[in-house]
Amino acid sequence: MRRAGGAVRRYSPAIVLFALLIGTWEAGVRALDVRGFILPAPSAIATALLDNWDSGYQIFPAARVTLYEALGGLAMGTSLGLAVAFVISRFPTSRDAILPVAVAVNAIPIIAFAPLANNWFGIQSPISKMAVAASLVFFPIMINTLRGLTQVEPSAIELMRSYAAGDGSVTRHLRIPNALPFFFTGMKIATTLALNGAVVGEYFGGLTVALGRVVVGSASALRFDITWSAIVVVSVMGIALYLAVLAIEQLAIPWHPSVRGEERTT
Amino acid sequence: MSESRAPAVVVRLQGVGKTFTLGDGSTVALSDINLDIGRGEFVSLIGPSGCGKSTLLRTIGDLIEPSTGTVQVNAKPAKRARLDREYGMVFQAPVLFDWRTVEENVQLPLELFGQDKTTRARRAGEMLELVGLSDFARHHPYQLSGGMQQRVAIARALAFSPDLLLMDEPFGALDEMTRERMNSELLAIWERTGITVVFVTHSIPEAVFLSSRVAVMSARPGRITHLIDVDLERPRGLATRESPRYFELITAVREALRTGEARADETAMSAERAVAEGGIG
Amino acid sequence: MSVAGRVAIFVGFVALILVLWEAAKVVGGDPWRVDGEVIWDPPLKFSFASDVNLPHVWEVWAAMIAPLNAGTTESLGAYLFWQALYTWREAAIGFALGAAIGVALSVAFVHFGFFERAVSPYVIASQTIPIVALAPMIVFFVGQTMTSVVIIATYLSFFPVTIAMLRGLRSPDPRSLELMRSYAASRRAVLWKLRLPASLPYLFTALKITATASIVGAIVGEGPGGIRYGLGRAILFFSQQYTIAPEKLWSAILVTAALGVIFFGIVRLTELLALRRWPEGFAA
Repeated sequence: MRRAGGAVRRYSPAIVLFALLIGTWEAGVRALDVRGFILPAPSAIATALLDNWDSGYQIFPAARVTLYEALGGLAMGTSLGLAVAFVISRFPTSRDAILPVAVAVNAIPIIAFAPLANNWFGIQSPISKMAVAASLVFFPIMINTLRGLTQVEPSAIELMRSYAAGDGSVTRHLRIPNALPFFFTGMKIATTLALNGAVVGEYFGGLTVALGRVVVGSASALRFDITWSAIVVVSVMGIALYLAVLAIEQLAIPWHPSVRGEERTT
Repeated sequence: MSESRAPAVVVRLQGVGKTFTLGDGSTVALSDINLDIGRGEFVSLIGPSGCGKSTLLRTIGDLIEPSTGTVQVNAKPAKRARLDREYGMVFQAPVLFDWRTVEENVQLPLELFGQDKTTRARRAGEMLELVGLSDFARHHPYQLSGGMQQRVAIARALAFSPDLLLMDEPFGALDEMTRERMNSELLAIWERTGITVVFVTHSIPEAVFLSSRVAVMSARPGRITHLIDVDLERPRGLATRESPRYFELITAVREALRTGEARADETAMSAERAVAEGGIG
Repeated sequence: MSVAGRVAIFVGFVALILVLWEAAKVVGGDPWRVDGEVIWDPPLKFSFASDVNLPHVWEVWAAMIAPLNAGTTESLGAYLFWQALYTWREAAIGFALGAAIGVALSVAFVHFGFFERAVSPYVIASQTIPIVALAPMIVFFVGQTMTSVVIIATYLSFFPVTIAMLRGLRSPDPRSLELMRSYAASRRAVLWKLRLPASLPYLFTALKITATASIVGAIVGEGPGGIRYGLGRAILFFSQQYTIAPEKLWSAILVTAALGVIFFGIVRLTELLALRRWPEGFAA
């Protein structure tokens, strides 16, 4: 009971702000009565959402598909990012070879990569959307984990050397635990990117029951209330994923200064 | 490591020198160090800042390679000794792992050496009792004071019963009372285990109280200028700290440090003069 | 390792990639032709290795040095170079603004708990809105100018910086904070002398991500925004021509990637300079 009270107290400012924003938005649209075209009132968006939940644009099934693609992309991108980070930390010379290439691949904008992925993996296949998501997830995970693996206190390395610990031991006992906070920083960035990637991938084609397609379809039909409701659903899913990362972080690294004590990060 | 086969000389330094090259200049940190440390001895290295005592300690531990000379630990080259885990080391800072509990920190070397869980737990428990921190076994380092963390580091260094203990100003951060108490505890451990100790310190009373011999070092370049035998009776306790002989020895060490300094200044000044007059160097 | 050595390793790795590229086409691409004659028919057929999806490396190069189209003498490569410069201007401004906002937000969050609790959920929520959906609306509101593109680039840039700075500003050991309190240091002093320096490694990691994110943001803004210049336009234009001339799109992609690498390199150099007094291992 006390914990629930504490949580309410913590989030009440955000909730209040939210209520204020929604209220102003609603009032503004009604008062100005212009651009209701592109920017419908919150009430209209809510109605559109409820009307199209299971039928019509089928937002709920679409959300499930998009989430599935995002998680798949998250898994793929994280695995690849971790693998490359470990390779570079184990073989420092490879850094000069791999890092510029990773940066280059990361700079390829989604607008170019999504059609490519569709071509490569099949436009209907969820894999093409996962590939787009993975391509966004890879870099933040890789660079954050790499920093965590390599940014170790020199005296800790000296200590391990005094134990004649081999590279493997040093990695297992020192570098990996040290890298965990950095990994979670990367994950927080990556979860939102994964969702974004999945949606954008869908934008360029694919199964109709997907949030990206809902956005495209409803926008071309000029049903912007539905477009916005899809966007809201994407947002909510993103927040949920982020909170999940936070919760896991609490369990995994309770000892880190930024996680313990009175100071809490987002 | 059977007692009968263990070499009588645990640490042998012959002609050890170390020069660091930084940028376009070079510093001679150590020059022509010769020292034998016998089994079960407690030897302190004392000297002004920059005299190379920490460098010397690290050379013994094979964390720094000497530029000249040889280092032998237990009749093996220093590197072999390190790979065979013949020594434990305690640094100036505790260097504990934030993510491990106190007892997990103590168990770290045992884990690395492949000991099984039960043995590890038992050893760690014994060590923590030895340093008086059994109640804090499940705590994290950040919950402990600096002095307590250092005691955990000592427990960790002793966990695998090495033959040699290398200590780099381990009590430097502690208050005087705690420091004196830790000194007595360290001596108790030393007597109980028969371990050989090389101890770097700034504190003259500490060096005299703990050691069987005190090696006085001077800087520019780093070398051992005096080796003073400490003939105080053991076991040493409060009475020792109040005995006349204790104060005599402290004075002797202090004098040795001063002459060492003076000589070093002289050498430096004459070198400068030589350069100015004759353009040498 | 010398600079020459590092460059050699990188070049070697790129060469390896090119070799693998063509190797895939040898094994499973379309038939290789010279002057219309088939000289090699690969045994397998990978759909991703076809000439449309994976044009030959030399065809991409040939397209780069050839004229942009029948009407001009300007080569494709030169054209892309100027578009890249245009895009980079937008990206760089977005980068700077995004970094500034990120730092400001994180500092505000650390010092005003109320503000953090109210606003931080929206910071996170902001990134969950797919930028491709948002970009046309921003252009609609702001107009088809560089400003809207900069806004989009900033939008994608501030988030990694905020997240990383939050971690970084809170990373100092509580004992260090205690020390500052013992000096009766003001919150401002603690910020400048302790928190900000401690957060530098985290900041630079984020800036490296932000460098490429700002470029992506700029391109995403240019495309749907209907901006007449920049790589976004080039990419959109060439993707329409994809089936007849895939090399052009690939050229544009390569130039975009090169721009990303250069920008990243600039950030990395700055990082090395800024962190050179830190203990080894801090500049990862």
